[in-house]
Amino acid sequence: MGVKLLLDKAHVEGIRYFDVYRREGGYRSVEKALKQMSPEAIVEEVKKSGLRGRGGAGFPAGMKWSFIAKPEGVPRHLVCNADESEPGTFKDRYLMEFIPHLLIEGLIVSSFALGSHDTYIYIRGEYAWIVDILEQAIEEAKANGFLGKNILGTGFDCNIYVHRGAGAYICGEETALIESLEGKRGNPRIKPPFPAIQGVWNRPTVVNNVETLAAVVPIINMGGEEYAKIGVGRSTGTKLISACGNINKPGVYEIDMTISVEEFIYSDEYCGGIANSKRLKACIPGGSSVPILPANLLLKTAKGETRLMNYESLSDGGFATGSMMGSGGFIILDEDQCIVKNTYTLARFYRHESCGQCSPCREGTGWMEKILKNIDTGKGKMSDIDLLWDIQRKIEGNTICPLGDAAAWPVAAAIRHFRDEFEWHVLNPEESQKRNYGLAHYADPIHVPTVA
Amino acid sequence: MVQFSESQMAEFNRLVSHYPAGKQKSALLPVLHLAQNSFGGWLSAETMDYVAELLQIQPIEVYEVATFYSMYNLKPVGKYMFEVCQTGPCMINGSDDIIAYIGEKLNIKPGETTADGLFTLKTVECLGACGYAPMMQMGKTYREHLTKEKVDSIIEECRKTAALNN
Repeated sequence: MGVKLLLDKAHVEGIRYFDVYRREGGYRSVEKALKQMSPEAIVEEVKKSGLRGRGGAGFPAGMKWSFIAKPEGVPRHLVCNADESEPGTFKDRYLMEFIPHLLIEGLIVSSFALGSHDTYIYIRGEYAWIVDILEQAIEEAKANGFLGKNILGTGFDCNIYVHRGAGAYICGEETALIESLEGKRGNPRIKPPFPAIQGVWNRPTVVNNVETLAAVVPIINMGGEEYAKIGVGRSTGTKLISACGNINKPGVYEIDMTISVEEFIYSDEYCGGIANSKRLKACIPGGSSVPILPANLLLKTAKGETRLMNYESLSDGGFATGSMMGSGGFIILDEDQCIVKNTYTLARFYRHESCGQCSPCREGTGWMEKILKNIDTGKGKMSDIDLLWDIQRKIEGNTICPLGDAAAWPVAAAIRHFRDEFEWHVLNPEESQKRNYGLAHYADPIHVPTVA
Repeated sequence: MVQFSESQMAEFNRLVSHYPAGKQKSALLPVLHLAQNSFGGWLSAETMDYVAELLQIQPIEVYEVATFYSMYNLKPVGKYMFEVCQTGPCMINGSDDIIAYIGEKLNIKPGETTADGLFTLKTVECLGACGYAPMMQMGKTYREHLTKEKVDSIIEECRKTAALNN
């Protein structure tokens, strides 16, 4: 059993309610932070912890906090990004649904550290029932003196409001989220200025993911240095992984980032192996935007080392032979899955979610969807594969926000590692409509050249 | 004429109170949800103009937002809307079959509403329930681990509730 810092109490009956959460040791970090620590000291603890943003980008949270501008007389805001929309990712939903007070607790401490008196949770519109859960938790915290005016008699005032989105993946991008919070279309802003200088209503703003803010609670309770001892290298603390696809036990797991990918997939503590005794074909380890890897490159790196479930190991080999930790959305594909079809559904997703502001993304995502649909339905040409490669290359890096990259990477990785499956579809238009390409050679041991 | 009831107006005021004075436009998304729920499950031009007036913004500011976000319905929908996810993780777990089955059973294509106005079928992109696939959204809740049998019983349940309310 690995260390659990966030979900250790998730199964306690009634933990959703304040009384039980408090009895189990909840809100201790608020008492410690507000009564014994200065805002600067809290930022320092978070820096020491090495906590990296859990939304996908993995940017050091303490450093992000230290960027916030503090002009005289201008209010600052903390905004919690609960717009979880990356395919394969459902960890924040789990956290908010089952232990909402952990997020509220983290938000109070973080608001104090950043000087935010009005803090917002931007939640995706589809999580409608979770809005009620969070608002109830906020009311309970307020009734018990942890929110509102003069919290615990310390003179610190803070309110938390839930802002419901309305169905737009792009609003998970922090500047689009800010636009949406202002009641506008979710079109990302050009940076700079960064939100830490000019965010919501042109005020200094910090946007953090749900899991990042929840992790502030154990960091304050145990101290940043102790937190940093968990994990490996720059992958400190614990990470929530939402596992789905063809596995026996889909769900949300908290890992300490020292376990191997193989253990995560096959051990009964986690995914419990591939469903229906099938064989592993491929995996998208960090949400749909990150490169897909065939089984042989997933379990071992190109150097032949065991791949671990952490930021560094998952990205070992760069995009040529590695992938990314991303948001922790772990999607497993078994031997019966078609890589072309899977890539097509993801391309359709990004076309649907492109905000339309930048031409390469607006046009390119549509072209990729159409071409992939053609190949999937047996109407593809050999030149389509190179055309796809060309389009994704022209989207990547040429857009205001990272949605363009997120749309390009899955297509690039699918062609990079599964080109023969694409070619088989083109060469066998009829057969490809009746059966799948199968596992082929994707699980074969990789050749590791010996260094002379 | 569209007009919020007293309790809907109280909710409107609660939503607007979340934002700083003069920044009432920020309440637009939550208020549009409230308006959609209050006025028949969709946003007519009249409803949008009403929201613009309440928030003291231009109607175009409401239109551009209502057309951007996928959860706002710009035309009437059935009493029950089945929004079935079709993205990768759900597709792997058989969402195509579920969509086809619902379509067959209700005799409609995605995007259409049954003649009796009871059901609308819609395909949507990832709703964050990948571990519980295949799934669909129905109003405020998610229906997960869908099978054909489960779809049958959901449709049955909707028909019964609708008959009771008539």
